[in-house]
Amino acid sequence: MSHPASANRYFVPQPSHWPLVGSLALLLLASGAVMTMNSVASGGFLLMGGFAVLAVMLFGWFGRVIGESESGSYNPQVDRSFRWAMAWFIFSEVMFFAAFFGALFYVRVLSVPDIASADQAALWEGFKGQWPTAGPAAKDLFTPMHAWGIPAINTLLLLSSGVTVTWAHWGLVANKRQQLITGLAMTIVLGVVFISLQAYEYAEAYSHLNLKMTTGVYGSTFFMLTGFHGFHVTLGATMLIVILLRTLKGHFTAERHFAFEAVAWYWHFVDVVWLGLFVVVYWL
Amino acid sequence: MQASQAAGHAGHHDDASHGHGPTGLMRWVTTTNHKDIGTMYLWFSFVMFLVGGAMSLIIRAELLSPGLQYVSPEFYNQMLTLHALIMVFGAIMPAFVGFANWMIPLMIGAPDMAFARMNNWSFWLLPPAAILLTASLFVPGGAAGTGWTLYPPLSIQMGMGMDMAIFAVHILGMSSIMGSINIITTILNMRTPGMTLMKMPLFCWTWLVTAFLLIASMPILAGAVTMLLTDRHFGTSFFNAAGGGDPVLFQHIFWFFGHPEVYIIALPAFGVVSHVIPAFSRKHLFGYTSMVYAIAAIGLISFFVWAHHMYVTGIPLTGQLYFMYATMLIAIPTGVKVFNWVTTMWRGSLSFETPMLFALGFLVLFTIGGLTGLVLAMTAVDIQLQDTYYVVAHFHYVMVAGALFSAYAGLYFWLPKWTGHMYSEGLGKLHFWLSMIFFNIAFFPQHFLGLAGMPRRIPDYAQQFADFNMISSIGSFGFGFSQLLVLVVVFKAIKGGVKAEARPWDGARGLEWTVPSPAPHHTFEDPPAFDPAEAHG
Repeated sequence: MSHPASANRYFVPQPSHWPLVGSLALLLLASGAVMTMNSVASGGFLLMGGFAVLAVMLFGWFGRVIGESESGSYNPQVDRSFRWAMAWFIFSEVMFFAAFFGALFYVRVLSVPDIASADQAALWEGFKGQWPTAGPAAKDLFTPMHAWGIPAINTLLLLSSGVTVTWAHWGLVANKRQQLITGLAMTIVLGVVFISLQAYEYAEAYSHLNLKMTTGVYGSTFFMLTGFHGFHVTLGATMLIVILLRTLKGHFTAERHFAFEAVAWYWHFVDVVWLGLFVVVYWL
Repeated sequence: MQASQAAGHAGHHDDASHGHGPTGLMRWVTTTNHKDIGTMYLWFSFVMFLVGGAMSLIIRAELLSPGLQYVSPEFYNQMLTLHALIMVFGAIMPAFVGFANWMIPLMIGAPDMAFARMNNWSFWLLPPAAILLTASLFVPGGAAGTGWTLYPPLSIQMGMGMDMAIFAVHILGMSSIMGSINIITTILNMRTPGMTLMKMPLFCWTWLVTAFLLIASMPILAGAVTMLLTDRHFGTSFFNAAGGGDPVLFQHIFWFFGHPEVYIIALPAFGVVSHVIPAFSRKHLFGYTSMVYAIAAIGLISFFVWAHHMYVTGIPLTGQLYFMYATMLIAIPTGVKVFNWVTTMWRGSLSFETPMLFALGFLVLFTIGGLTGLVLAMTAVDIQLQDTYYVVAHFHYVMVAGALFSAYAGLYFWLPKWTGHMYSEGLGKLHFWLSMIFFNIAFFPQHFLGLAGMPRRIPDYAQQFADFNMISSIGSFGFGFSQLLVLVVVFKAIKGGVKAEARPWDGARGLEWTVPSPAPHHTFEDPPAFDPAEAHG
């Protein structure tokens, strides 16, 4: 029986120890986090160890994948698999944020007005239920975050970074490598400036606005939503840096550059989440 | 043609990309082979099934008679919580992922899963999560004792065992999401040419929808337990009314995950049964297209019915009415499926080997569980039955007689393909009848207990409930020890027995029956030609 050339076959990788390393990393991270949060001695060491093992795993595993990609192991069918997978991964991230957006909508529309309603007047006397609120038991005053300062600038930064990454993509498909590199670098700079401003905003909130994670539901939803978003921007910027380094090493062609596109999709995703945050967390 | 191709595989081991890697333990740890990974999933789930089962026997021993006999109330709560978490996340879900890993590439003619390495990670994330859950019994304060729903404020007040459960859930969620991305991609991108979606085996359809449900709902659960964690340790107020939050918020988020989770468990079970019943009726599945639409409809509606778990939380009357009607709506596609299975058997040439017996047991008992679900969907009735043993009986009919019986049907159905030997039909039938009888002795009386008002999640109860509880406990011990027969059956089939043909069931259709038994380590390295006679549609 005749077989087509092996190159047309779907790529099935060799046995690999990276999954086990990754599982070890997560076990260390989880145990370390549990111990640290419960003030058990040496939890911090486990945590640091977990991060170290995770870093080794990420370098090793992604390095392997990049090597396979550059050696031409991935045929167009494998490429399609990667596209499906990235799309579904981003969908799972959307659902993760949906949980926190849902919590925000719930407290604003249901729980805060409910606590302030006549039914609860005996329990929480004098609570008006005006958003933003730290809840009926809050004693300290706090200043909410205004939309039209740093957050508006950050919106502008992220939207511009969406443009620059697209411009970089145009450069890639037109074989204009310099445009690709410049576009990527600009995107990374915009991302890093965004994260720095976000860090500055957090410092302001804690030092001057008396706005903390412990500031009732407003503080909870504010810091969890913007915090997870900031973490995702950091992740996205890190991935963009990897893509830039790969570009400088001569990776990617006009036809085949799934990794670039995946990171660009991810970048647009954090961009869109930010727009949602800007409107419902900062503005309204 | 298929056989000759498969036979030709022996000569392909020199192929560099498919050489055999490490041997011994490292073979299993590093494997990228979907059959190896499927086997590991199945063994892991069986071990967890025994662990969770042992916990349920501790529960039933305590409930054998009124009064506190063996365990403290705190430990009892930890047992029922871990029993549920381990059975749901450690036993039933991994069992069906194991079936998916083994069978989906064989059914669609793919060489492996789309991401073979990530597939291995999906599996190897399970042991750390299992370690966290079981080790939590031994930390100060013990394991989480909140019930698997982890409701605050109780879960906020628990000790560090709760944190271990939270991180276990995070890790299990990662595993499920990666596994699901893998399954969706494999099904969408790696079917052999000619196998259109509407000719695809139904098990693949159920997993396609299940994987979607997992990707959509597991991140929601991750969000919910993350909020628990920050409420516990970082001073947030998501579930604290003093800070403007609401404990009921957790219930909404949890059940937005929790209800699809029910179908995450049930849909692959439907898929297995949809293969077994046609094979032993020697007919095509009746109403394939309507089956596909019913699966999709169940998956979709499952996201819009969550608050039927929350009728007594004080949600508005209009909300109660909406969730009641929406829940009842699910009975329509589910009914379509039940009638299609029955109609498949109509005028079929039936035979009753063990897989068929378990499929029929599933059909009868799952229908009972579905109907008690309809009873509970009615708000006015549910307010009486909320948190009683009626609910416990209901979901054990769905989870044990539904999902577990279906998993057994699949196990006996595909065991010849996996081991290359026929299992012992006598032992299989004994296993079925012991399971069937003892299951009903264990769980049917719980309906009466619930209707009489016995609350769930208590270690002690009023004298009036003593008789039915004793019957239930005896049944549960019988059921539990009968399950050890599975070990005997599987070991015997691995060690030897009658050689299985490539297609040991004359009525079975599908590409998985065109490869030899046991299935070679590598199959379908080149896409097979798709014979329409093997199509399910």
